[in-house]
Amino acid sequence: MTVDTPVISCRNVWKLFGPSPRQYLAAMPQGLSYESIQADGYIAGVKDVSLDVSRGEMLVIMGLSGSGKSTLVRCFSRLHEITGGEIIVEGQNIMELDDKALIDMRRQKMGMVFQSFGLLPHRTVLDNVAFPLEMRGQDKHDRRERALEVIKLVGLEGREEYFPRELSGGQQQRVGIARSLAIEPDIWFLDEPFSALDPLIRREMQDEFLRLQEMLGKTIVFITHDFDEALRLADRIAIMKEGAVEQCDTPDQIVLNPATPYVRKFTEEIDKARVVHARVLVKPLNGKAPEGDPFPAERTIHQLARQLVNDTRDEIPVADKNGTLLGAMNRQEALDVLLGTE
Amino acid sequence: MSCWGQSDMANIATDMSDGSTGLSKTRIIQIMIAVAVLLTAAKPILPDFLIRLPEAWIPPMAVWMDAIFNFIIDDLKLAVLTRWIAEGPLEFMLDTTANLLFGKRRWPNFEPIPWTAIAATAAVIGYYLGGWRMALLAGGTFVWTALIGQWKIAMQTMSVLAVAAPMAFLIGLFLGIIAWKWAWFDRAIKPILSVLQTLPFFTYLLPAVIFFKVGPTAGAVATIIYAIPPMILMTTLGLKKVSPEVVEAGKMAGCSKWQMLRSVYIPAARTEILVGVNQVIMLCLAMVVLTAFIGMPGLGAKLLAMMGSFKLGRSFEIGVTIVLIAVMLDRMSKAWVIKLPEHFERGTPWWKRHGYALATVAAFVAFVLIAQVVQVADHITRQQSFTQGKELDNLIKGILAIDAIQAVTEWLRWFLNVWVLIPFRNALLWIPTSAFILGIVTLSYYLGGKRPAIYAAIFFSIVALSGWWDRSVITLYAVISAVIISTFIGIPLGIAASRSDKWSKRILLACDTAQTFPSFIYLIPAIMLFGVNDVAVVFSIVIFTTVPLTRYTIEGLRTVPAEMTEAADMSGATAKQKLMSVQLPLALPTMAVGFNQAIIFAFFMVIIAAFIGTQDLGQELQKTLAGTELGKNIVLGMNVSLMALTFDLTIMSWAEKRKKALGLG
Repeated sequence: MTVDTPVISCRNVWKLFGPSPRQYLAAMPQGLSYESIQADGYIAGVKDVSLDVSRGEMLVIMGLSGSGKSTLVRCFSRLHEITGGEIIVEGQNIMELDDKALIDMRRQKMGMVFQSFGLLPHRTVLDNVAFPLEMRGQDKHDRRERALEVIKLVGLEGREEYFPRELSGGQQQRVGIARSLAIEPDIWFLDEPFSALDPLIRREMQDEFLRLQEMLGKTIVFITHDFDEALRLADRIAIMKEGAVEQCDTPDQIVLNPATPYVRKFTEEIDKARVVHARVLVKPLNGKAPEGDPFPAERTIHQLARQLVNDTRDEIPVADKNGTLLGAMNRQEALDVLLGTE
Repeated sequence: MSCWGQSDMANIATDMSDGSTGLSKTRIIQIMIAVAVLLTAAKPILPDFLIRLPEAWIPPMAVWMDAIFNFIIDDLKLAVLTRWIAEGPLEFMLDTTANLLFGKRRWPNFEPIPWTAIAATAAVIGYYLGGWRMALLAGGTFVWTALIGQWKIAMQTMSVLAVAAPMAFLIGLFLGIIAWKWAWFDRAIKPILSVLQTLPFFTYLLPAVIFFKVGPTAGAVATIIYAIPPMILMTTLGLKKVSPEVVEAGKMAGCSKWQMLRSVYIPAARTEILVGVNQVIMLCLAMVVLTAFIGMPGLGAKLLAMMGSFKLGRSFEIGVTIVLIAVMLDRMSKAWVIKLPEHFERGTPWWKRHGYALATVAAFVAFVLIAQVVQVADHITRQQSFTQGKELDNLIKGILAIDAIQAVTEWLRWFLNVWVLIPFRNALLWIPTSAFILGIVTLSYYLGGKRPAIYAAIFFSIVALSGWWDRSVITLYAVISAVIISTFIGIPLGIAASRSDKWSKRILLACDTAQTFPSFIYLIPAIMLFGVNDVAVVFSIVIFTTVPLTRYTIEGLRTVPAEMTEAADMSGATAKQKLMSVQLPLALPTMAVGFNQAIIFAFFMVIIAAFIGTQDLGQELQKTLAGTELGKNIVLGMNVSLMALTFDLTIMSWAEKRKKALGLG
């Protein structure tokens, strides 16, 4: 397998809830709306979704409650059986795995963090974190060592012998994170991991999470209903509504070019300048290079605001970290992003 | 103008559609009542079969039952299997506990464990579970039992309990898991469980004797079967309640099915399972005491004998012992439910981590050793015991002989008997069977709706066809009179108590405690005050049933949402207006649950009261215990169960509908 093949790839995935979903899906005419499906007594948890997640990428799935984001992620790990379509994880069609192979895949490759933590109340922090290792039959000494390692990683040293109810919400979620990391998974699912926490703790946990991700570089599917959180963390964002993906793109593109009115409504209140990077406004040069110092491509327009206002050039060159010229950015366009178009 | 016209049209249209689909519920009920009244009034000219079913029409159900059982016993040889179990593993376990606890000459042939060792061990466990107070209760119970000279009979009871409770737990847990795993099994056993929970205990006893031979084994089997249903229900409930995220966390950790059950589901359902354990223990105790009726030695048998010979002092002492044991077992097992693990700091030495286990062993060993040299620590002889049986007896009889008290009880007895109970009973017996059944069906229909009404019709027809109609009506009469009387006591008491936090708590605690007493205990004051007659029967049922009525009244009133009572206050309602138009209507569904429990309890108690001497089904049931009339026993038990189930279905369906209508839970 090469680096380029997606880790998770799903094609036309459907998940219907109702009396006999498979037959219904087979007989269903194409392009039926969510409401008509509902009128027939079925709920479209996931509606015709096709997505790829590439290695090392952080895909954030965003949507309001009931939009199907949790359902979709549970399809990726086959906690839900899908009704139609196919999901390929690491080159394997997960719907074709038997019980043992599925258990194996979860034991070796997947980790998941839950909104309300899902800790086992009768086990200590140490035993909770070691739980997945215990399930795959690792010996007591090894799993203790590994568990202590991840507990240290999430900053819970000294709390190993505590029981979940003796910890604060933020600490409990650290245990959840540690548990999901214990088996060193390749794919990491996080289902609204921070939404049960207070705003201040949430911020702290997001920073903590970014630190971990920088260290570990995992492939991540992250669910949230908080657009700010999505923008802060994501490589790409998939916005869901009524089981379907409305748009799946980088934060810059979603803010600049919302694909549907629904996505536009989400982005309206957002300060675009904090999201859009210079890089995405770059247009190719038509032969002549603009003069003067180039702007760094990896900065947001907000970070470049002062320079942008003071600069007098119409076309401003943009260069990446290595100093390679990428092209030029139209100053007026950049100012529009910064100040809004009237 | 056009608006008015339209709505009128709409009204007419709905009226017409009502008329075309049939009679309204109110009209049907009116007709049913009219017919029932008519049947009653026309009794003199009614054909005989509408008054009582003629003998010739009554199918020989008992004979059929006997045939079925004979087939099972003789042809299927099931009794061979059950007797093997009884004489093999079960008897072995019972003998072992009997040897350890009171020195029965069986394997492993030890001396009985000294009472001080048991009391000390219990105290340490009590301290672990609930601090000094629990230690005092646990240790104190055993000290009292020993000092009062009832150690041996108490240990006879405990030796059966020690086998029956764990067995009932294991079987219940196992069946509960199966019912949770396979929905069809759950659906199949639900009705069986509700029948088992309303079946009078005499009906547990005789089959146990026939299939498992007389003595402790039959007692143990009856006890086990009696205690299983709540364990099944609590296990299923607990497993269903495990949070989906915990389950998903287990799956994502790669649990196999067995690992899921053992490491995720069962530990996560710990609370409900332990509540099940508490119920198992309490039901086992209640039943073990009652197995005295099939000759099982122990506290129950002694109590039965003492009450039979009117030795009130000794009865009272035994009663206290049973109550203490019940309260202790209940409090300890409940403390276990809420006892949550606490962490030790890292580096705590092992003897500190296992401090309580070590202390328990140490206390046990120490007192066993002490008992080797100090005789009193080993056992209390008859001369050494502090029993005050005779003195108490004289005291109680002296108090009862005081003129004022005697006048009151005499008057109550006379008044209730002559003016209330006997007229009421005769009236019920006078009503023709057909009218009676119709009346019950109407009540079911009015309260519960169509389904309960159909069940009521079927169930009561079976009762009529069983040939025990009069006895059933007498049973019903005792139940109804007692529940009505206890309603007049329990509901006002509950309302009064619910007004203050302090009193609510106190009365609830008293109710909780009273509910742990084995039902047998309630006969003691009844016999003391009223001797042996109908009034004593009703009185014993009344004390037994007042408990749930009071308790649910308080709970219902206390759980009325605060914003509703606040809204009433802000609307300027007086305390009385608030009670009548806000609190009581909202509390009524919960109170109905209490009422239902009171009726079920009453059916249970009225059968036990057969001991006092009744003329109802209980009496007949008790008679069957002496012989081998299994068929008759089952038919009688079934009648009790069917009548109880009719009320259960009706009231519960009313309560549920009401709750839904009020938007509560």
